[in-house]
Amino acid sequence: MEFIKPGTRIPFTRYRHVAVILSTLVNIAVLALLFTKGPNLGVDFAGGTMVHLKFQQKVSIPEIRQALGKSALGDSVIQDFGEDGSNEFMVRLEKTSVQIGALGEDIRRGLSDQFGQDRFEIRRIESVGPKVGKDLRQRGAWSVIAAMIMMGVYIWLRFGYSFGARFGFHFGLGAVISLIHDVLVTIGALLLVNYEFDLTIVAALLTIIGFSVNDTVIVCDRIRENMRKSRRESLESIINTSINETLSRTIITTGTAILVLIGLFLLGGGVIRPFAFALLVGFSSGVYSTIFIASPVILMWERGKK
Amino acid sequence: MQRGIVVRLVIFSVLTFAAVFYLVPTFIGELPSWWGGFLPTERIHLGLDLQGGSHLVLEVKVDKAVENALERIKEDMRKLLREKAVPPSELERNQGNQIRLKVPAANGDRVRDLLKGEFPNLVLVSSRTDPGGREFLFALHERELRSLREDTVDQSLETIRNRIDQFGVSEPVIQRRGQQDILVQLPGVQDPERAKEIIGKTAILEFKLLDETHSVEEAVKSGPPPGTEILYGYAQKGEGGLGAERVSYLLDARTLMTGEYITDARVRPGSNLDGPYVELMLNSNGARLFERITAENVKRRLAIVLDNRVYSAPVIQERIGGGRASITGTFEMKEARDLAIVLRAGALRAPVEIVEERTVGPSLGRDSIRQGIISLVVGGSLVILFMVAYYMGAGLVADVAVIFNILFLLAILAGFGAVLTLPGLAGIVLTMGMAVDANVLINERIREELRGGKSPRSAVEAGYERALPAILDSNITTFLSGLILFQFGTGPIKGFAVTLCVGIFTTVLTAVYLTRIYYDYRMAARKLTRISI
Repeated sequence: MEFIKPGTRIPFTRYRHVAVILSTLVNIAVLALLFTKGPNLGVDFAGGTMVHLKFQQKVSIPEIRQALGKSALGDSVIQDFGEDGSNEFMVRLEKTSVQIGALGEDIRRGLSDQFGQDRFEIRRIESVGPKVGKDLRQRGAWSVIAAMIMMGVYIWLRFGYSFGARFGFHFGLGAVISLIHDVLVTIGALLLVNYEFDLTIVAALLTIIGFSVNDTVIVCDRIRENMRKSRRESLESIINTSINETLSRTIITTGTAILVLIGLFLLGGGVIRPFAFALLVGFSSGVYSTIFIASPVILMWERGKK
Repeated sequence: MQRGIVVRLVIFSVLTFAAVFYLVPTFIGELPSWWGGFLPTERIHLGLDLQGGSHLVLEVKVDKAVENALERIKEDMRKLLREKAVPPSELERNQGNQIRLKVPAANGDRVRDLLKGEFPNLVLVSSRTDPGGREFLFALHERELRSLREDTVDQSLETIRNRIDQFGVSEPVIQRRGQQDILVQLPGVQDPERAKEIIGKTAILEFKLLDETHSVEEAVKSGPPPGTEILYGYAQKGEGGLGAERVSYLLDARTLMTGEYITDARVRPGSNLDGPYVELMLNSNGARLFERITAENVKRRLAIVLDNRVYSAPVIQERIGGGRASITGTFEMKEARDLAIVLRAGALRAPVEIVEERTVGPSLGRDSIRQGIISLVVGGSLVILFMVAYYMGAGLVADVAVIFNILFLLAILAGFGAVLTLPGLAGIVLTMGMAVDANVLINERIREELRGGKSPRSAVEAGYERALPAILDSNITTFLSGLILFQFGTGPIKGFAVTLCVGIFTTVLTAVYLTRIYYDYRMAARKLTRISI
């Protein structure tokens, strides 16, 4: 079986201007959204408490709110969670267990009074103090930035070694720019579907960085090989050939990863769902950015220098 | 060539056998007794998010310990100055954790020299003279401050460890983290609220006399007279514990004795009316002190105060010798047991605060494992079917590699006794999806070489050779981001980083080297005339 017929020559580089403009607009839109609406921070980053409840019978959100209101837990946001009919809910409280004391006990009592002793189960409690939240937020942001820089430096050294420092630098730059693009697109998608940002999302972003850079490396590797083979061809044509030659691999590798991610998204349960979603978006964006962002960046820089 | 293949086959067979042996402890609950002698017993541990349990980060309020130390020093200072007949006109601890002392100007130099000799831990911050007298500001020496903070955290950690040991949790983790944090992990704990209660109690026990010369009501209304304080207790709990009635007590502020003399604390069943009580055994110093206190205060009421809550205030009927005291109150059995635990384990020198808590109930953990395995099987099957459909024979070879990959991955996790978390499980699923990348690279390359007119034999050789740099590059980059993730992550995320990084190692091992054996074998047997790819 072959998805991409041999000899396929899609003139990807010809669309680079459109792609760069489009992607820049998308990225600006994401940044604007990020700074105006702001991310929906989970307790890991914002501090506060999250309680995951499961009921045996059908209950409504107002009923839960009423039950919790009695124990004076302050403001709460209650959301449906999990599959339909599983009667699972997420309760988000501003306060942490430090401030409230025996938080689980309070919740248990409130719910027992309303629904009966054994009609519900507290499946999970996560409570993070504001100081810890701030610390995690900073470390999370830094680790994403550090990972991107590290990838760029790796590619720079890797290709600079056999290719000359200038060229290596441009490859590294192209990779970093396309990684920034992938991370922003993923963040944008998470903002749109309103998933919470927590530690697993940072894990997803770092995985995206590690995986997405692979495509770039593979294409760059092929560009290097083709440059050796045919010295007379223009850079644009070499880049185009290289993208086309590796296209099949790019699609299949990402395709298999996406296959398992769809499995995780659908079957992995509510805790893992945002994580799988972020990876799905990021990996798909990685294919696009390798073809339309990384290579044009190399091309533009090389042209600009001459 | 032939020998090379045999050697490699033997190596892989040995690895496979080893992997299976390493996995046995994980998948078989009860190991036969002969197993432990020379075979691996480490197993994959389930993270708290999969087996249920509590993860707590406690912050030790070291500043409180510093305040307490200064408070003690201040009292010692007052005593000393009185004894030496140079009483202070003002003596207090200010907000900046300094001791402010004011003495009549005439005594200034004498006091300074006296204190210098008696309190080597203090440094004189400033000294000035004004019409009111001579004012000194003292602070704790930097070195002293540092060691006090260190000791406080270490001592809290020990105390918490003691309490958890007595509470009975299997395989708890109790570690110091950073400057003043303590990490506590309690796997499989059934009643996290109770565990938190026991860990977090400061458990400072004090014996104080009741002030019976003033009226309590009066004191509550217009503030306690000097030298006394108001503390509260709870009388007869109503139903469900909510109806507890608060009772105020007016106490002499002076603490006659603290819990430091306790050697043991036991729950004793009381009469039917009173319920259980907690009996304290004191060491010889404590016994002597307690005997003296009770002898001096017969017919007065002695309040037993724990963490500023009055438990009981019995009338002292007679001198009590023998080093035994008891705390009665209207306890439930569970409450009395928990109280005995904290008293036995000792008090915390500074209060602790829970700054992070993650508790997962056992049923959620079970669900997560089930969902994780389902997605592993479904995702894995999809990949395996796809590879066969796309590459046929070569796809099958890649599939075998993927299966060995997962086998080795799990075996390595088991061998190191690694912790498998929910994101870690997702990492395994993801590894399956990404592992075939190496084979995709190789197969695409072989196809290309075949199209270029090469013989199957040289196409395979060129395919492996030329794909290798790209495979290494792509795995190294993923590995690097895995390392950053490990550095950054907490518990569950670390589990993901571990599976990701170990998965990369096993991927290169199986996808590149294991599959190569198959093609080399066919080449050596001169059967590689056609290739199914």
